Amino acid sequence: MALSKKTLIHMYETMNKIRLFEQKLQEFFAAGEIPGFVHLYLGEEAVATGACSVLTDADTITSTHRGHGHLLAKGGDLKLMMAEIFGRSTGYCKGKGGSMHIADFDLGILGANGIVGGGGPLAVGAALATKYKKAKDVTVCFFGDGASNQGTTQEALNAASAWKLPLVFVNENNGYGISCPQCKSMAVVDIADRAAAYDMPGVVVDGNDVLAVYEAVTEAVKRARKGEGPSLIECKTYRWRGHFEGDACTYRCVEELEEWMAKDPIPRFEAKLLESKTLTQAEVDKIKASIAKDVDEAVAFAKESPMPSTSALMDDVYA
Amino acid sequence: MSEKTYLQALNEALKLEMERDENVFILGEDVGQFGGCFGVTQGLFDQFGESRVMDTPITESTIVGAAAGAAAAGLRPVAELMFVDFIGVAMDQLFNQAAKMRFMFGGKATVPMTLRMPQGAGIGAAAQHSQSLESWFMNIPGLKVVIPSTPYDAKGLLISAIRDENPVVFLEHKLLYGVSGEVPDESYTIEIGKGEVKREGTDVTIVATSQMVYAALEAAERLKADGIDAEVVDPRCLQPLDKDIILDSVKKTHALVVAHEAVQFAGPGAEIAAMVAEEALDYLDAPVRRVGAPFCPVPFSPPLEQFYIPNADNIVEAVKSLR
Ligand SMILES: Cc1ncc(C[n+]2csc(CCOP(=O)(O)OP(=O)(O)O)c2C)c(N)n1
Repeated sequence: MALSKKTLIHMYETMNKIRLFEQKLQEFFAAGEIPGFVHLYLGEEAVATGACSVLTDADTITSTHRGHGHLLAKGGDLKLMMAEIFGRSTGYCKGKGGSMHIADFDLGILGANGIVGGGGPLAVGAALATKYKKAKDVTVCFFGDGASNQGTTQEALNAASAWKLPLVFVNENNGYGISCPQCKSMAVVDIADRAAAYDMPGVVVDGNDVLAVYEAVTEAVKRARKGEGPSLIECKTYRWRGHFEGDACTYRCVEELEEWMAKDPIPRFEAKLLESKTLTQAEVDKIKASIAKDVDEAVAFAKESPMPSTSALMDDVYA
Repeated sequence: MSEKTYLQALNEALKLEMERDENVFILGEDVGQFGGCFGVTQGLFDQFGESRVMDTPITESTIVGAAAGAAAAGLRPVAELMFVDFIGVAMDQLFNQAAKMRFMFGGKATVPMTLRMPQGAGIGAAAQHSQSLESWFMNIPGLKVVIPSTPYDAKGLLISAIRDENPVVFLEHKLLYGVSGEVPDESYTIEIGKGEVKREGTDVTIVATSQMVYAALEAAERLKADGIDAEVVDPRCLQPLDKDIILDSVKKTHALVVAHEAVQFAGPGAEIAAMVAEEALDYLDAPVRRVGAPFCPVPFSPPLEQFYIPNADNIVEAVKSLR
């Protein structure tokens, strides 16, 4: 697929943005400056980036408890995200949501979600709204291998197919649901096989190859926009960190982690861009430095921002 | 007898019951090698193996429904949901299946299952991981609802719950796991439906559950300085509810404050207040006061979350407002 230089560079920037943002979170969580749970997306950047790069602002996504990558790839603001994760009043959700509950409806981000499998039915609703209004937008539902076993996910796949909705299910198969390896939670090897049960295309892609994800999602989005219904794309990937920060992760072996870290999606893509002369080394360095600066500014913004006032507690319970 | 945490007490109860009865088994997400989300099932996988400490897929509906089905078929499952909030996914299997089976089938089914669920705010886990939902369960005939506050109570009540012939919803508070107290090493039971006076007093009754028992005890200490001698009653179970222990206390003190972490509106305090109004109104010298969470979801940011959770200040204030 011939992609414009602009798109390629945007994808490269997005992956680095997710990486550096999350490495900062890792650092600040360890320092005790971030409350609650933090589930990092490190190692999985190619999935969100490949998928969201196909979408416009009018298209919608539903995200998961591991949502920072999806949100940033969909255009989420670094500062507003950082402030929310630090629990500040200037954050995306005024400090009421935190890492697991960030949304930006202007960007089509229908929210990260603390409930595993919570996103599927919501995505069905969003896609239904599109069809109802006879618009051409699509919805992407991100969900994990663990979430694929939840009834809500299976119900969503079925309804989306029965109603021929413009919905793309992007499964992020990182091999584990907390400590539970895929082989213990399901009998199939490829989650994409389940698409057959709902009569929709099911595709397996290398989730650490941003271009492979982009291509598969492009096909599925085309199909969705034409009114031909949903698709299921399974992206095989791996999470580098424990399930949450603080998880000692004793249920996985180091060799497995090392094997996957050698398939780091960012250097892989970078090498392609350098080889094809889309970017020079100097440009790569410049991009990384500029993102690092943006991330630092986001941290500074978060830290300078006030905590929410208790007088705001009862706001927004009802419209 | 030795000093143990609430978490260790629960772990011991599970271990002792599994040793005693081979029909007892555990199922839930990451309960095996991982030892459970908060560590309650630690070590049990090594002792009892995979068939008795079963890791399930992420399917709350099936966890709860399979427990009900296995119980109806003769086993004694102890199911764990990582957070009470996830019961939403499994509501039908609990409310319409497990709770009603016996009655609907004219007494033909017996469903001896235990469903353990941690609840409560205080760890920055935000709105979908911090709720206190006991009033939901109290409102469903067929379920028993146990909500222990101390390590001693946790162990005795969990053993009773496992031996009970009914579906028992066992509500733990995540902030209590680290609390320690004296717990016998051997097995013992505490009758489900029997409360305990945690502190004797003569001037006001504070009925408190779970975490709020500690807030109530702290409030009682502070009230002492003002010359108010508060009695703290922990019902320990909300269904069945130990009405007698509450009524006896109110008849002695003539005043009642109820404290819980669940949302105050339509919370357990509403039932307790109404029960006392119906059965002991003449003994009351002042209106009943309730202390519960405000009517909003649990906020994430620490200052908001701390403000949201009812505390000893709120209880002291409620008691003083009675005068
Ligand atoms: C309904 C529900 N059940 C359980 C959990 C606890 N939980 C949070 S994330 C998770 C694992 C999810 O695995 P997967 O869907 O594969 O996503 P991953 O974490 O691997 O990205 C679990 C069990 C939850 N948040 N919601």
